[in-house]
Amino acid sequence: MRKNQFFKYFTIFIWLSFILIPYIWMFITSIKSPNELYTFPLKYFPHKPTLEGYKLLIETTPFLSYMKNSIIVAIFTVIIALFVAILASYSFSRFDFKGKMPLSFIFLITQMFPAILLAIPLFLLMRNLGILNTPLSLILAHSTFAVPFSTWMITGFLNSIPRELDEAAQIDGCGKLGALRHVIIPVASPGIIAATIYIFIYSWNEFLYALTFTSDIRARTIPVGLHTFMGEYIIRWDLLTAGGVITGLPVIIFFMIIQKYLIKGLTEGAVKG
Amino acid sequence: MHLERSNLIYRWEKRVFPFLLLLPAFILIIGVVAYPIVRALWLSFHNYNPLKPHASEYTGFENYLKILRDSVFSIALRNSIFWIIGVVLFQFLGGLLGALILRQNFRGRSIVRGLSLIPWVTPSILIAIMWIWMLDGNYGIINDILLKLGIISKYIPWLAQKNTALPSVMIADIWRGIPFFAIMLLAAMEAIPEELYEAAKIDGAGPFKIFTHITWPLILPTVIITTMLRIIWTANHMDLILIMTDGGPGFSSLIIPLMSYHTAYKQLNFGYGATIAILQGLFLIIFISLYLRLLRKRGSIY
Repeated sequence: MRKNQFFKYFTIFIWLSFILIPYIWMFITSIKSPNELYTFPLKYFPHKPTLEGYKLLIETTPFLSYMKNSIIVAIFTVIIALFVAILASYSFSRFDFKGKMPLSFIFLITQMFPAILLAIPLFLLMRNLGILNTPLSLILAHSTFAVPFSTWMITGFLNSIPRELDEAAQIDGCGKLGALRHVIIPVASPGIIAATIYIFIYSWNEFLYALTFTSDIRARTIPVGLHTFMGEYIIRWDLLTAGGVITGLPVIIFFMIIQKYLIKGLTEGAVKG
Repeated sequence: MHLERSNLIYRWEKRVFPFLLLLPAFILIIGVVAYPIVRALWLSFHNYNPLKPHASEYTGFENYLKILRDSVFSIALRNSIFWIIGVVLFQFLGGLLGALILRQNFRGRSIVRGLSLIPWVTPSILIAIMWIWMLDGNYGIINDILLKLGIISKYIPWLAQKNTALPSVMIADIWRGIPFFAIMLLAAMEAIPEELYEAAKIDGAGPFKIFTHITWPLILPTVIITTMLRIIWTANHMDLILIMTDGGPGFSSLIIPLMSYHTAYKQLNFGYGATIAILQGLFLIIFISLYLRLLRKRGSIY
């Protein structure tokens, strides 16, 4: 029995190491000084940990501008996508109407097109609208691509709320939209918070549209900004890994907060199949 | 009078209101998905250069015929197939192993599960940074470890050699996708009623028999759906390759969507770039319908 117990925790230890070591290694690299970084043979742990990389990143590169752009894009994407997705999920969850199946199918297939197929014509569209290289172009694209999955998540939550609840609200004098605002949204708030964080993470991480729509610090987001660091100078790994840590932290923290709901939203559809 | 009014409300609720609620979503989808697809089709019949938009001409099927003769495209196609099959196969095998590990009863289960999915929410740029650095030819930890274990005799520039570049990026992508597979399969395993396992144990079935006779058939629908989603995603997703090798050295790690990107944004040939992307989309549609038809025949789902 004890041997079994040991084997169990050993497998879990291996699994967690497999997942976490790349992150730990990135963090360790970010607190090494350049002369400890480029040594042979490799030294695993820094003799004198330093935050110099972070300081240089913020002082000598436009990282903070990229971060500002990322935050602006992500916040407006959340606002728009959430508004659109809540209305859509209310429709899918509470009404039976002709064409519901094909319409929800359209939501699904938007996720299947190669991003590059859309990126090429979208580039031209954004140029014609005069919004290339502005946060607005990314907000539009990110909102659209975040809507289907967030709608799916929120619909799942709304379906679990009994219909009697909104009927009661309507008898009490709320209209349909009133019932949505005063009853359904508050009750579904865990699902809505989960969707919010999903949208934020999606926008924060998105690379291809950000790469093709933006061309300088006015609109570049962090992923594209870090990508340019890799091409512009001899790669400064202390700066790059510091930027990686700063970029990854909010996503990982947010994710850990909502992981229960996100995993639920993610797995439910596929498991019920 | 009364009847008419309720009829009106009925029609409003059935025919108008639900569609009004969907309107904002469809405005976005039409503007950002449907219109661009039409425009991509238009581009594929023109020799469009974004710097000289007015000089673009209708070229008929020339772009499509060009693909047939394009030796780079056949390299990209071969790489794409290798990339998709290799990545999805190993993600699945690793995910299955992960699911079996995570299914055990242990303390801190929900935290371990949360940690397991972190790679899934990590931006591509970060995954690329971590792996380029680990795979570095001079200071990479992977070379260091492999050398110490005696597996290699000198440092290898993994991403700069033709025969190791694509497999190295694949390892990074496999690593990123395994936890996702694990969590999906785990959820499917947990939906299996406990009584089935108890009954099997009473009948004297060993762990291997339990897996092949109970677990596997019951998680198969999830395996099928997850694998299909993964194939689509892997086929389309080129962020990691773009950042880690940009298709090189030579064309050794070029896949179809990346070739489309290069054609459009480096050679400024939007027409040909769009054509390649459309073909990629068509391949996927054909693949998905074949996949689903095959499954229906076997009666595994529905």
